[in-house]
Amino acid sequence: MSINATLLGQAISFALFVWFCMKFVWPPLMNAIEERQKKIADGLADASRAEKDLVLAQAKAGEQLKAAKVQAADIIDAASKRRNQIVDEAKHEAEVERAKIIAQGQAEIEAERHRVKEELRKQLAVLAIAGAEKIIERSVDAKASADIIDKLVAEL
Amino acid sequence: MAAQGEALTASGYIQHHLTNLAVGEGFWTWHIDSLLFSVGLGALFLWIFYKVGQKATVGVPGKLQCFVEILVEFVDGVVKESFHGRNPVIAPLGLTIFVWVFLMNTMDLIPVDFIPHAAAQMGVPYLKIVPTTDLNITLGLSLSVFFLIVYYSIKVKGIKGFTKELTLQPFNHWALIPINFVLESVTLIAKPISLALRLFGNLYAGELIFILIALLPWWSQFVLSVPWAIFHILVIVLQAFIFMMLTIVYLSMAHEDH
Repeated sequence: MSINATLLGQAISFALFVWFCMKFVWPPLMNAIEERQKKIADGLADASRAEKDLVLAQAKAGEQLKAAKVQAADIIDAASKRRNQIVDEAKHEAEVERAKIIAQGQAEIEAERHRVKEELRKQLAVLAIAGAEKIIERSVDAKASADIIDKLVAEL
Repeated sequence: MAAQGEALTASGYIQHHLTNLAVGEGFWTWHIDSLLFSVGLGALFLWIFYKVGQKATVGVPGKLQCFVEILVEFVDGVVKESFHGRNPVIAPLGLTIFVWVFLMNTMDLIPVDFIPHAAAQMGVPYLKIVPTTDLNITLGLSLSVFFLIVYYSIKVKGIKGFTKELTLQPFNHWALIPINFVLESVTLIAKPISLALRLFGNLYAGELIFILIALLPWWSQFVLSVPWAIFHILVIVLQAFIFMMLTIVYLSMAHEDH
């Protein structure tokens, strides 16, 4: 065991190896590691932000759902109110219509009655004249008494 | 399990396993096996990490990328925790030390005769496959770290500041400058020495125990080698981590201005 030139050879190769390691081995590996660390940190930050966003979105969705429910109840209320109103209006209209129809019917009946009465009166006058003619056939000139008959008819 | 014809005795077998494949004379001896395995493992580590780095995606990573990123992030975390300053060299330096030393230590878990015996068949007389059991390798690493400590001390504090740190530190009085200098120098020199010896000692001892276990009859070796290997998994990771950790701490201290 003696100290010899092997020492120098080892020292030279050591220097070369360290130089090579520093120049070509360390930087790419360190870069890759640091870049990945940054990526992972970013990803984690994104994940936590997404989680917060999710909570917010859920709260918002719940609020909106509640609001929608309230709105729906309002709409239903308004609709039922409106329905009652429409039904009431229709009832009212129908009553008015009914009254109108009844009034019209009565007017028609009245007119018909009037017409029938007139007819009857005319026929009664004719009958009365016919009767009177028969009674007073001989003595009374039809032509002479025509004005009386007309007067009677008018009075009937 | 003895390997060579000339080394059938136990001490010969151990001696054989502890001899490096060397060329050259005196100081200019090169341990071919240590350098080959050390550079090979370092290149393997950098090649794999480089490939992963080129194909690294920011999205869902593959299994290999995950593994590499765990290591990178682990070292980065350690550096951020113990190194208070801005220096782009420290973290890659820590990663290189950790993975490289770990890979070199891991060679210890390969059964002691597999590769040397295969090499012997191909005519290679000696082969020590665990680079960190070679004091030259660990000293090469720790002296590089020592050089960085001195370099950054001077760069951050200036020559004046560094000299002050060496001469005015524990006792802030001009008369005690020599004592301070001796104390601080010992502290400074002890750093690389202890780094190198700690790693070398642990791995050398571990390897030696594996070699001793290999001397037992083949059918009984597993009784000892399996528990020792399992325990050793802890040791190799721990030693790689300690080497990295202490390097970071020493360099952090070098960056601190008093």
